[in-house]
Amino acid sequence: MARIAGIDLPKNKRGEIGLTYVYGIGKSTAQKILDRTGIDRNKKVEEWSDDEQSAIRTIITSEMQVEGALRSETKNNIKRLMDIVSYRGLRHRKGLPVRGQSTKTNARTRKGKKKTVAGKKKVTK
Amino acid sequence: MARSIKKGPYIETKLLRKVDKMNAGDGKKGVIKTWSRRSTITPDFVGHTFAVHNGNKFIPVYITEYMVGHKLGEFSPTRNFKAHSGNKR
Repeated sequence: MARIAGIDLPKNKRGEIGLTYVYGIGKSTAQKILDRTGIDRNKKVEEWSDDEQSAIRTIITSEMQVEGALRSETKNNIKRLMDIVSYRGLRHRKGLPVRGQSTKTNARTRKGKKKTVAGKKKVTK
Repeated sequence: MARSIKKGPYIETKLLRKVDKMNAGDGKKGVIKTWSRRSTITPDFVGHTFAVHNGNKFIPVYITEYMVGHKLGEFSPTRNFKAHSGNKR
């Protein structure tokens, strides 16, 4: 069982996929880590030796921000925008798209599920 | 796309001159009225108050060090959202 950055990796997946279960590591970062340690990308997580595991662990702890540290950094960045009352901060507060997208229609990812307004009649012939 | 670093941050020359004058003189009293929403906030601006035009009127913006790197216009909203009656927030 490989345990990296406080996360149990799925043991029957290939290494490059298994590593992506850590928050902050995507596929390309996982590939970079494995290539640098010299581990085959296709090697299953359960087949990693202890040495290989610790090599991965040292790279992650020494050079990267993952899991809690990364989450709190992102949160702080957003909080900073809200505290200085910038336009982007206001959009975060209202739960609307931040990067200038159109909101006349769509934008449902940020706005959440449709809220139907009562009393709005359908147009009928 | 972000601005090229080679060029450095964009600040309206007139505005920069005003800020320099105030920094050299009797400190950071008074409000600087400006239409230049596109100017980047530099560390020199910290502690000043700007009246930034939003197309209708001037919004007073007090610059803190966290605002460095943003543009003046980001702190002077141009749109006014009117909520429906009964809506909170």
